[in-house]
Amino acid sequence: MEFMGYRRADGKVAVRNHVLVIPSVVCSQGAAEAITRNVKGTVYLPNVFGCAQVGPDREQTKRSLVGFGTNPNVYAVLVVGNGCETIGAKELAGAIQSSDKRVEYIEIQDEGGTKKTIARGRKIVKEMLADAAKVQRRPIPVSELILGTECGGSDYTSGLGSNPSVGAASDLMVEAGGTVILSETTELIGAEHLLARRARTSEIGKQVLDLIAWWEKEAIRTGQDIRGANPAPGNIAGGITTLEEKSLGCIYKGGTTTLEEVIPYAFAPSKRGLILMDTPGHDIDQLTGMMAGGCQIAVFTTGRGTPTGSPIAPVIKISANAETCRKMRDNIDINVSQVVQGKETVKAAGKRIFEEIVAVASGKLTKAEKLGQRDFSIFKIGLNF
Amino acid sequence: MAQKSKAIVINENDNVATATVPLKIGTTVSLTTQGLSEKIKLLSSIPMGHKFALVAIPRGSDVIKYGEAIGQTTAPIAKGEHVHVHNVIGHRGRKECA
Repeated sequence: MEFMGYRRADGKVAVRNHVLVIPSVVCSQGAAEAITRNVKGTVYLPNVFGCAQVGPDREQTKRSLVGFGTNPNVYAVLVVGNGCETIGAKELAGAIQSSDKRVEYIEIQDEGGTKKTIARGRKIVKEMLADAAKVQRRPIPVSELILGTECGGSDYTSGLGSNPSVGAASDLMVEAGGTVILSETTELIGAEHLLARRARTSEIGKQVLDLIAWWEKEAIRTGQDIRGANPAPGNIAGGITTLEEKSLGCIYKGGTTTLEEVIPYAFAPSKRGLILMDTPGHDIDQLTGMMAGGCQIAVFTTGRGTPTGSPIAPVIKISANAETCRKMRDNIDINVSQVVQGKETVKAAGKRIFEEIVAVASGKLTKAEKLGQRDFSIFKIGLNF
Repeated sequence: MAQKSKAIVINENDNVATATVPLKIGTTVSLTTQGLSEKIKLLSSIPMGHKFALVAIPRGSDVIKYGEAIGQTTAPIAKGEHVHVHNVIGHRGRKECA
């Protein structure tokens, strides 16, 4: 099966063709936003980090920003720095450069203030846009897609309808030779034994169990109780009683295929098939990690309803809650509520979702894209100093 | 899975059902569990998406949904009673569980 996408010079494939402006630090976020304002085809990342970071925390923030720059959905990149930050614009641009795309950087201190930075930046992105417009879509095998899966604002319909339906779509994607990322490690707690059992090797199975053990130990170390955040108050109001119940519903998104690999946050999969990325349950941290890992498109199930979208990739919103589909019509792309009502099979809903993935990969805009919803937040693992 | 019923039993090992519509106290719900039709009279009103017990569940027992334990009862739960945070506690993600 094929979709209409973009083939990059390095062989990677894309479903979108954005010119991305990355502020290397929170201080240059305003200038980055101003450069992209009303310039169709450009997007920026609302990055609030990039300074006073050290060690693994600095590395994770850098890797996430570089991962957005190297994502195939991004045609060209302009990095905007201030000039004195920990993760500098030159360093970021250099790390993205290797991926065979045009990458420029400018710094506010060097340009002589905000106005000059914006003017120069707009000139650069307009040149990039002119080049981007020359790239044409062409048929590309679905097997080259990396599909991210996510659930947010879950209620009882997530585990009964939307997550199993996405699972059926995930199975179709893997059958077609493609890749599916399952994540949200904290929302696997209580269901990890089911996933570990499906691992390609016993070593990969052990990695799953070790990850869960780490998160639980980390929560205990901080003296906190995960239940304070998970299940969230909305989950409980929606009928989810415990973290285990939420996790068992959550894990359906990964379908039924063999788990091929476990990867850390914001790393790219090295295998095809079903992959587990270690991320928090936090929706936007998680989405950011998957996109930084090279995922070009995502499916996002919701019960209570969420507006989530990504700056660089389409996010298809799916709900099995009929009331949410009606109330949040401008946010939800696919209604699978008939699965919960017993009027549509999980398999049929999964096929509909898979077909929508192919249509969106070929250029059809999602509701989050039409709304300009561009959520971005990095999973921070250390203090700012 | 019960079709077009007011409640769903997901796995044949489950001891709870999920209401797919809001259900009032005293309502008798017909559903299919372990291949058999069963009628359960509700002892509590059940909000949509919430769970009720298919059988009496003693205090300190596993609550089973999706065929797996989702937590433990903190009070005895009668057949037809609301099963939620007031009478169930999760085993996992708790700071006292080292």
